[in-house]
Amino acid sequence: MERDDILPRLFSAGHSVEHQGCLLFGEGTLGHTTPVDVMGITGGSVLGAEDALTLAGNVLNLIGKGMPRPLLVLIDSGSQRMSRHDELMGLSEYLAHLAKSVLLAQQQGHRTIGLLYGGSAAGAFIATALACDTLLALPGAHPAVMDLPSMARVTKLPIERLQKMAEVTPVFAPGLENLAQTGAIHQTLDPIADLADQILAVIGQPTGRDNRGTLGATRGGRPKAAAVAARIEALASA
Amino acid sequence: MTALPHHNASTSWFEATARQRLAALLDHKSFAEFLGPEQRETSPHLGLFDLPRQFDDGIVVGRARLDNRPIFVAAQEGRFMGGAFGEVHGAKLTGLLRAAGIHRQDVVLLFDTGGVRLQEANAGELAISEIIRAIVEARIAGCSVIGLIGGRAGCYGGGGIIAGCCSHLIVSEQGRISVSGPEVIETNRGVEEFDSRDRAFVWRTMGGKHRYLIGGADDFVNDNADGFRAATIAALAKRQPLTTSVLEAEQKRLANRLDRFGQAQDGIDVWTALGITDPVGLPGSATEAFLEQALDKRENANGAR
Amino acid sequence: MEQLSFTLKAPRPAGGSRWQAIAGVVASGNLEVLVERMEDQNTCRIDIATAAHGFGAVWEAVIADFVARGTGGLRVSINDGGARPDMVALRLAQGLRMIEETET
Repeated sequence: MERDDILPRLFSAGHSVEHQGCLLFGEGTLGHTTPVDVMGITGGSVLGAEDALTLAGNVLNLIGKGMPRPLLVLIDSGSQRMSRHDELMGLSEYLAHLAKSVLLAQQQGHRTIGLLYGGSAAGAFIATALACDTLLALPGAHPAVMDLPSMARVTKLPIERLQKMAEVTPVFAPGLENLAQTGAIHQTLDPIADLADQILAVIGQPTGRDNRGTLGATRGGRPKAAAVAARIEALASA
Repeated sequence: MTALPHHNASTSWFEATARQRLAALLDHKSFAEFLGPEQRETSPHLGLFDLPRQFDDGIVVGRARLDNRPIFVAAQEGRFMGGAFGEVHGAKLTGLLRAAGIHRQDVVLLFDTGGVRLQEANAGELAISEIIRAIVEARIAGCSVIGLIGGRAGCYGGGGIIAGCCSHLIVSEQGRISVSGPEVIETNRGVEEFDSRDRAFVWRTMGGKHRYLIGGADDFVNDNADGFRAATIAALAKRQPLTTSVLEAEQKRLANRLDRFGQAQDGIDVWTALGITDPVGLPGSATEAFLEQALDKRENANGAR
Repeated sequence: MEQLSFTLKAPRPAGGSRWQAIAGVVASGNLEVLVERMEDQNTCRIDIATAAHGFGAVWEAVIADFVARGTGGLRVSINDGGARPDMVALRLAQGLRMIEETET
């Protein structure tokens, strides 16, 4: 789904979301009652230091307003921008800063909801979609940690072999279904039904601790993570 | 509890194993490991790739004392799978950080990682996100989370982003902090963009000295446990909870960096702009001389991280 | 991965009182050796998971030398990344030395 298709489908009552390069900022009303802040990264763009800082600045401005309301983050990105400039500037700090800002917003009462409607990968995925309290996706979204050809190069395994292995485990290969099974995606929306209603239902659910490990265990993609984390937590609390 | 090997505090941090680093860093006999190697809590995924497992999945976590102060501590083993985050490896750190948040216990993280373990990439990526969330929650609760970076695998990929969420970073010259590794950039963008075989260039771009100079790390220490221990003890004495004003200060700090150095093509350009007297000779300078040159010239994060 | 397991008679029990020690890391040409005090005093059991297939006879020789040093009561668990025999012998010796150390 394209950026310009998704906005009217989310906000039938209108919105003020505007493009700023490959980023989106503004607000909209879900249903007829629930105003939400909106930001996004679109067009499969890679996320560099400048854009990460702009997104974080927007989140901090929203926190500064002191009127917490849901923050909907629309995501169709590539990976982090891979360049000499970004690493010279310390891209890790910019991506961490963005992730921290989104997590702080959630803690300050802004319900952070990511909606993955296109791609996202690697460091950009961590700093945007995965930093949201709840991550939703539309069918056709295509998250990836690393693409299979690159993985084949690093693991020195033929791509055909990796494809075969990906049939028996969701743990390494890209794709929405694989990431959902590991617990990264809380819910994949029904593209036919009203999108705003589905997001409103999510906003209405209570939030609490990070439950992605449990989701991964239930869905079979991460058999051990939740149990291991819980055991360490118990040992450290003894 | 597994006995830690003896380790001389003055031998190289870079060369030491995770367990040797812990033995040299922490108060004598103060370390108690959680889910030690005897529990054999290994990766459930490496078998599919016919790869050997390690009993601790490449990370040692537990409680200890540092200068008699109680801490939680985790050390990555950079020689096993490049110290990369897999499902179990990551979950051990997540559990430790969650406990830290609940019990308001400070945490010391010994990074040594290439990032996500590709053989379990989705689980590793998600573990990194869970770790980041647990760090932010612990820091909001008031905990210090101190990162030590000087291992042979560096601190790459998602590990670099985790480091960026810590309250304090201590780095040695050998430490490298970066998201995209040199080979990854070269593969994707070409050798003109990034020559991964030019080691001097790699260090000027992501090495410990450069990170310290631009405020990407708070302390620069010698490549030994003495240096890391002294700086960690000093850092533990400070309190820096994560608040809105901390992130607003970081926003300004990172914007200022782009304004000041955004046109630079090389670390040397950045150091020249900083007013370093001998930027070309800087990579070769010994710690004391380097710190003297950096004094009053470097960008200091001053807690804005 | 190839799994090998040996249970041997040891000429005498291992010294010291520590109940566990670990040496080495799993990397190319390296291995980890986990030593635990959990067998009968006159036996030593060694379990190996190795990435290098078909070296059973080499392992047997290295292990015979190791057990002859007096490793009764020990269970040794090895994860091997394809180490050469001299490296294996070194790690085994380190593991034994560590578990035999007196607690201080």
